[in-house]
This record gives sequence, structure tokens and C-alpha cells, in this order.
Amino acid sequence: MPLHIIVCVKQVLDPETPASALRIDPQLRRMVAPANVPPVVNGFDENAVEAALRIKDARPGDVKITVLSCGKSFAMEVIKKPLSMGCDELVLLQDNAFDNLDAFATAHVLAAAIKKLGAFDIVLCGRQASDWDQAQVPQGLAQLLGLPGVTIAKKVEVTDKKVRVERVVPGGREVVEASLPALITVTNELGQPRYPNLRGIMAATRKQPVVWKAGDLGLDPALLQPAVELQELFIPVQEKNVEIIEGEDDADKGRKLALKLREAKLI
Amino acid sequence: MSSTSGVLVVGETQNGRLAPVTAELLGLARSLARGLQEQVAVVLGAEKLSPEAAADAIAYGAETVYTVEHALMEQSPVEAMLAVVERVVREKTPTVVLVGKTLAGSDLGPGLAFRLGVGLAQDCIEVTLDSKEKGLVAVRPVYGGVAMARVALKRMPYVATVRPKAFDPPQRDTSRKGEVVALNPSLDASVARVRVLERASEESAGVRLEDARVVVGGGRGLGGPEPFQMLEELAKLLGGAVGASRAVCDAGWVPYHYQIGLTGKTIAPDLYITVAISGASQHMAGCSGARNIVAINKDRDSNIFKEARFGVVADWKKALPAFAETVKELVKSG
Ligand SMILES: Cc1cc2nc3c(=O)[nH]c(=O)nc-3n(C[C@H](O)[C@H](O)[C@H](O)COP(=O)(O)OP(=O)(O)OC[C@H]3O[C@@H](n4cnc5c(N)ncnc54)[C@H](O)[C@@H]3O)c2cc1C
Repeated sequence: MPLHIIVCVKQVLDPETPASALRIDPQLRRMVAPANVPPVVNGFDENAVEAALRIKDARPGDVKITVLSCGKSFAMEVIKKPLSMGCDELVLLQDNAFDNLDAFATAHVLAAAIKKLGAFDIVLCGRQASDWDQAQVPQGLAQLLGLPGVTIAKKVEVTDKKVRVERVVPGGREVVEASLPALITVTNELGQPRYPNLRGIMAATRKQPVVWKAGDLGLDPALLQPAVELQELFIPVQEKNVEIIEGEDDADKGRKLALKLREAKLI
Repeated sequence: MSSTSGVLVVGETQNGRLAPVTAELLGLARSLARGLQEQVAVVLGAEKLSPEAAADAIAYGAETVYTVEHALMEQSPVEAMLAVVERVVREKTPTVVLVGKTLAGSDLGPGLAFRLGVGLAQDCIEVTLDSKEKGLVAVRPVYGGVAMARVALKRMPYVATVRPKAFDPPQRDTSRKGEVVALNPSLDASVARVRVLERASEESAGVRLEDARVVVGGGRGLGGPEPFQMLEELAKLLGGAVGASRAVCDAGWVPYHYQIGLTGKTIAPDLYITVAISGASQHMAGCSGARNIVAINKDRDSNIFKEARFGVVADWKKALPAFAETVKELVKSG
């Protein structure tokens, strides 16, 4: 049996969208980008995909990567990116009932899907999603699936039923070991995710995702209820008023800035 | 559920003393407990705990300090602490559980909430509790700090992780009295499925970035690693530390432990001098506690000018050497 890696990815609003172009949909309580800005695969999830592909590179022919994503609707050319990067299968958990789920519900949906997928060795997730910045679903999944959970990995090595993970920790690094199956979250320190090559893109075009609806997962509807009530989403008011220091030229501005900081007793 | 009582803080220690974030949480815990007319407890776990850490916790406002000393706390810190905290929560049934949004807390908070089957308010910067029944209401930055979400928890215990430096630590008062209760949970080795094999420090010498009163930060506009030499000299002159944006760390110009921001370090200096940093919300998320931000940037439309108190619109190549030279003269002249 090849090593089976499941990577959970989320389609998110492009976090590079300038803040000034974003607005809040008060009804749905979420941010919306201008119509011409397409969504992206959450950046840290791409790092997780890259981590999976590196394991696959190290064990040619012996790794299967299934990508899992949960949502109401998907932009197919976006959500297929992991396939074009080299993953084997895409399973979409797609249902109107999966719109705007909170972390609690999302983890339950993903856990149900992972159980339905059958045997697996590693679940990889991005360290957090760039929309709600929760970093909750992976640990939730680990609890629901009864897996050891390791977060913020910059290097993942699989050795004989064990995984060795280098983590980024404040002030240094830490190497931990867990037995498989395990859940691991990946950070950007792992390195740039690879760009899809032409062959990958062609292969992805041919692949059709498997689509599962809520009914296919046999989920208790109560688990889709939010555990955290989102009351309001708002953009905080900016009240700072910058004082721009002028000068004859750029060097003079630099000098005057230093004098200003002295005057303000900051240096 | 009606028998719930008290605010439980999941504590952390640092070099044998209470970690600053735990002091901040105790301040918040006290204000919540006052409203509820309930008590504050903290749980501390380590392989070996110093008596000072428990004394610190009491001085910052804990009425009860639960201590757990166990070898697994060193080997598998998150899992061991989670097992202990889960047990304490089930036994003592607190109304509120507060966890620091630290490396360990980021794992422990969700782990605990899912084990208890309750929601978690993650990475909060405001936490209020009008009445026990109405639930806990928290504000948390979302979308990289572009927006804020007000969220409510309705099922007890209310579990929240709190962003470090979002709350001021309370006055330390060594005359306060409290009780230290040593717990001896039988922690079975089976709880420890993630084992630490190796820890290595990669901190730069000098002032720690998180603690520095002055920080000089460099961004992608610096164009390469070389200008960081000038930033280091400037920081040294001001008794501060150097930080960077993620773009700079991703480019490999400086190591990742320089990174300030949402997924980097949180700083709260008196003075944060940014050079060629655009001020993306994810960067600003790590320095919202900075009291004075200064921007050297050539683009007047950069977001950093919305966050700064003083700024110059200039090419750093010209402005920075002159700035640094003048700072040097001013510092030398006393
Ligand atoms: C989920 C997520 C998490 C993130 N976490 C973090 C984080 O923790 N920390 C972080 O920093 N970022 C983080 N980011 C990235 C963030 O969105 C920005 O991309 C990043 O902060 C940009 O870095 P920068 O300001 O150095 O570069 P840029 O945005 O490229 O800005 C460069 C600036 O330099 C100025 N400049 C250029 N040349 C000159 C010159 N000659 N003289 C003067 N000024 C000049 C430009 O005007 C510009 O303002 C995160 C992003 C995501 C999606």
C-alpha cells in the first residue's frame, strides 16, 4: 500500500488584495473582494501541498496524495491548482449547507470525509487560513480523528511508520517525532510551493474532482451549527494622523526626522 | 452547568518565572471574575516548577495556583498540559478558561475546546462578559488584521485564547494571598504521542526583539540583505533590536526569527522605525502595540503612513544614512 497523504485546502479571498478594495458584506458577515479579483488557494495550504509533494518526490511511486476541500462553491481553475502541482486526487465537499461554516463545523465535515476516504497515513493542513486566521480546524481534526497533531512544520520527513517534523518555534527550532497516522500543519518557512508545469496542468484538466454532499457524509446536522456566533464584522477606524517631515532633499528629510524624534523624546 | 464557577488561566512559565503573557491573562481574568463575583485560578505545568512562578501568579492576582510537575511536560509539553487542563476543567468546572495565544496555547486552546465540545474564541484582543448567561463576547482580528470580528460564545465553559500584549499586565502585589495546590495526575505515557527530540536556539545576540524598547524594521524595498548592516548599527545605537517583514524573510535576507507580524513576532516597543516596509495588515498585526511608528518609505500611498506617527517620503538610500548619522550625533551628545 502506498503512503496515503490527505491535504486539506481552502479557497480564500486573495490576501494580497489591497485593503482599500475590500468591503464587508454585512448580511453574510464576510469580506468580499472586487469581482475581478479571483480567489486563491490559501497560501499555507499550498505550503502543505508542497510538503506532501516533497514526500512523494522522496518515495517515487509509493505515495498517493488526496486533496480535500470544503465549501459552498469553488472556482475550478483555482481549486485544481494542487492537482496541477502534482497531487493525485481532488475531493470536494460541496454543499449549500457548507457555506460560511465556523471552525467547529468545518472540522466535523472534514473529519467525516476523511473517515469516508478510508486508510491514510498523514493529514496535512496549512498552519491557518488567511481569511479568518483561526488556526483551529487542524487541531480540531486531530482531536476528532484521534491523531497526534504537530503544528507549524518547516520540514516533514517520513521514516518507517513515523514522522519527524522540524517546527518553527520562537527563538529557534524544535524537532519532534510522532507515530503515523498523524496530522501536521505547515508554515511558509518550508519554502516556496512549486509552480505547476505544463504536464501537471494538462493532467489536472483531465482529472474530475469527486464531489460529496452533506448527505454523502452522514453528518448529524447539529454539528453544522456554529459553536462560535459571529455577531459583527467591522473595519476598525484609523485615527492616527501621520506627520510628514519635509526637507530640501531626501538626506535632509532623514536628518530632520532624527531631530524630530529627539524633540519628541523618542531617542 | 449552573454550578460553573471561576476563571481558569492556563499559565506558562519562562526561565522559571511566570511568563509575561500569563500575567496579562491574570489581569483580564481578575476583571472578568470581579463581574461574576467569582475567583481566579491558574494552572502551571512543567517538569520542575520553581516556587517563584507560583508566587508570581499570586502576586498578579490568582487566588488558587494548581501546579503539576511531570517529566512528560518536557517531552510532550502540549499533550501533557492538555491532558492536565482538560482534567482540571472537568473537575473544577470554571465559567471561563483563558489561554495565551502563544505557540503552545495555539495548540492547546483548540485541542481543549474540541475535547469539551464547545466553541473557542481564538486570538482575542478584547474579552467581555456582561453576565454569565449572555455569554462571553470577544473581538478578534481577522483577514490578516484588515477587519475585526465580534464573536460570542454561548456554551460554558467559555474558552478563549488571548493575543500576547493585547492586555496590560496588572500591578504586581506581593502582599496578596493565595493557595498553591499541587496536583498529582497520573499522566500515562500514552498521552504523549508527539515527542520532542531536539531543541535549538536560533536567537540573535543582544536585545530580544519581543522585549526591545526600540525596533528598527526592514522591508522588501531594501532590495537585499546588505542594508540590514546599517539597520543593525542603528538598532545598536538606540539599544534596540532589528526586525523584518515576511517578504524579507521569505527572500532569505535575514532569518525567520526576525519576522514581525501575524505569523511572526509580536512587538510592543516605544519606538518602531520602519524602513521600506509597506505596512500590510499582516505585518501591522505584529506591532499594533508599538507606541510610536516611524516610516521611511518612498511611496506616500503606502499603508504604513496610515499607521505611523512620523514619516518621511524618501528613498531610504539617501534618507537612512543621514538619519542614522544624525541619530548618532544626538545620542553621543547625550
Ligand atoms: C496569511 C498571511 C500571513 C502573513 N504574515 C505576515 C507576517 O507575519 N509579517 C509580515 O511582515 N508579513 C506577513 N504577510 C505578508 C504581507 O501580506 C506582505 O506581503 C508583507 O508584509 C510585505 O512586506 P514588505 O512591506 O517588506 O514588502 P512590500 O509590500 O513589497 O513593500 C515594500 C515597500 O518598500 C517601499 N520601497 C521600495 N523601494 C524603496 C526605496 N528605495 N526607498 C524607500 N522605500 C522603498 C515601497 O514603497 C513599499 O512600500 C502575511 C501574508 C499572509 C497572506
